Amino acid sequence: MSDHPAHTPYHPRWLRRRMSTYWWLRRWRHLTFISREVSSVFVAWFVVYFLLLVRAVQNGSAAYAAFLAWAAHPLVVGVNLVALAFVTFHAVTWFNLAPKAMAVRLGGKRVPGVLIAGSNYAAWVVASAGVAWILLRG
Amino acid sequence: MAETIKLEVARYRPEQESELTFEEFEVPCPREWVVLDGLNHIKDQIDGTLSFRWSCRMGICGSCGMMVNGEPKLTCATFLTDYGLGPVRIEPLDNFPVVRDLVVEVTDFMEKLSAVKPWIVREEEKPLEEGEYLQTPAELDAYKQFSMCINCLLCYSACPIYGLEPEFIGPAAIALAQRYNLDSRDEGAAERMDILSEHDGIWGCTFVGECTRVCPKNVDPAGAIQRYKLTAALETVRSFIVPWGSK
Repeated sequence: MSDHPAHTPYHPRWLRRRMSTYWWLRRWRHLTFISREVSSVFVAWFVVYFLLLVRAVQNGSAAYAAFLAWAAHPLVVGVNLVALAFVTFHAVTWFNLAPKAMAVRLGGKRVPGVLIAGSNYAAWVVASAGVAWILLRG
Repeated sequence: MAETIKLEVARYRPEQESELTFEEFEVPCPREWVVLDGLNHIKDQIDGTLSFRWSCRMGICGSCGMMVNGEPKLTCATFLTDYGLGPVRIEPLDNFPVVRDLVVEVTDFMEKLSAVKPWIVREEEKPLEEGEYLQTPAELDAYKQFSMCINCLLCYSACPIYGLEPEFIGPAAIALAQRYNLDSRDEGAAERMDILSEHDGIWGCTFVGECTRVCPKNVDPAGAIQRYKLTAALETVRSFIVPWGSK
């Protein structure tokens, strides 16, 4: 079917409306969605940061010290703080959406979404506690 | 309570306009009147040329979906009194071409819907004398939610992905595909996966979640799509591990 049929008495001339480029600014829910999408960039940034750290550790103490000095620069700290906020937002929205993707049935009944999201949060807390224990014990 | 309310109704008369225009009508506003009653009042008493679709007036036929103050709504289930003193702005559903006034062109959805084979597919029908295909209540429960879809297209109207990329197969078609995939009598899941796992299928969805929010029948199309993503991903992994296995 043609998108732009000629107007004849026998074929209606459809009106096609275009979405505004700024559609995502009109509603708070859409802005939240776009923020969640943008947060992926910051997840990628943390991966790059981690790879740089691993490379610095591999290249010896001088390289590691240089990395630490670079990481302490106010600009890098600022970027990391913004990234932390976005990655936390990413994680929270991800866990909240998990029940939509997982339809778990136990004893013939569907497990409530709160429990599925809750188990994800619990795993997050346990993993974070494990990392904190490794870092803080010495 | 106000005795009347102002409706700003979108008009598009292709023989005289090339854009939507708005016309104001003052209609009665009794407590039990829905937006559709207001439109029918206009059609009957004020301007018989106003065009819109409706049929059942009870949230079953899915014909009367329109944008009401910017939100996709079934106009038969949207009360005028919920809008206070008004005005109430009524427009044709977003993301679809407008044929006339509040009537939109939905062939695109119809083609997508039939592409996902929304019927029970059997490799072989069992003989009639063996009786019906029986189902337990749990088996019915597995797909019942998705079977409540009335094809009202509010979900397509709410979906910015469909608005930006009309090739996207869209929420209702995927939810209805899942309705049959999850049916214990159906054997067509592999055929549907060929269509649903394409780029314009489930992977087009970035989980905005608006489809589920606006659905008047609580079908949860966003949930159907995410669950199907999980199924498709597991199937891909399985085909790597057991490449000789049939679908």
